[in-house]
Amino acid sequence: MSPKTLRRTLWGAVVVLCLFVGATAGVTIMRASGQAPLPGEASSGIANIGGEFSLVDHEGRRREWRDFRGEPVALFFGFTNCPDICPTTLGELSVLLDDLGPQGDDLQVLLISGDPERDTPERLNEYLKSFDPQIVGLTGTEAEVDEAFSAFKAYRALVPLENGEYTVDHSAGVYLFDRDGSFYGTLDIHESPEVQRQKVERLLAS
Amino acid sequence: MRFPTSIVLVLTLTGAAAAHEVTAGDLVIGHPWSRATPATAKTGVGYLTVTNNGSEPDRLIGGSADVSAGFRLHTSKIVDGVARMRPLEGGLPIAPGETISLKPGATHVMLTGMKKPILEAEPFAGTLVFEKAGSVPVEFTVEGFGGRPAEASDSHLEKRQ
Repeated sequence: MSPKTLRRTLWGAVVVLCLFVGATAGVTIMRASGQAPLPGEASSGIANIGGEFSLVDHEGRRREWRDFRGEPVALFFGFTNCPDICPTTLGELSVLLDDLGPQGDDLQVLLISGDPERDTPERLNEYLKSFDPQIVGLTGTEAEVDEAFSAFKAYRALVPLENGEYTVDHSAGVYLFDRDGSFYGTLDIHESPEVQRQKVERLLAS
Repeated sequence: MRFPTSIVLVLTLTGAAAAHEVTAGDLVIGHPWSRATPATAKTGVGYLTVTNNGSEPDRLIGGSADVSAGFRLHTSKIVDGVARMRPLEGGLPIAPGETISLKPGATHVMLTGMKKPILEAEPFAGTLVFEKAGSVPVEFTVEGFGGRPAEASDSHLEKRQ
């Protein structure tokens, strides 16, 4: 290879590398902006959160994501052994549904358990009796729950505690989806009930 | 529109959910409260504040509750959108003049090995153990499932059955 050819080859490589880096950065930025809409902002169709799952509800029926089309969805992740954040979220959603009255009847509220080993359908059933009857609990095998978490780009990890017990780290917040199943925004535990209610009212009116 | 709700809330605040406090030496323990648990719940929760009016630091290191076998100080944090709960190692220091708050979504008491469900409006007895002030008996009031402490001025105080 002559020095001239070598130089051309190297410059060619630099150009290819720049194009690659530029393209990757572009895609990353597009993805990042697509995944982080402003809270409560209507879906632009870019966000790709949500996908098929096949789980068992708290009444033992097999349910798939497509079964929940047609009405808006509020979905969150949790587990029944969780003493603080999960009951807080469940309680807040129950009060929200209560406040909304008949207007909130269309909202489908889903809890996907991150702890299928302990959260059997029976266990979820007993647990959910204490909260608004509109809340549907979903669980499954480890593999099915993993798939569901992946479909929503949600995080889940079992972490050992004292005395051989464990806790579950899981994505927090409530994900909102419109009637078509498109990602609509989130509710955050630190928001005021008024803000949460406004967001859900907007979702129900969409 | 808003007026009737506000009036109802004021009545609620002055009623069953009124705050209570316990003084132990230089420490003032504010409104220990818990939330009703579903019948099958394996865990419960405790929230409270502690104000240190003395000139020496103290530390909340543990306690007990008559509804549960275990009483642990834990902390919940949402980091990068992920809820994580961890034991609070070494207890919770309370500097002179400082108030610490155990509240939803933050540091809290996790009650484990429930002996019976926690029922709304049925207070239960417990103790808090401090490094210097020692063991202090308290009573946890119980809010409903959507419950918030009495200090909160929002609609969450409305009870659910």
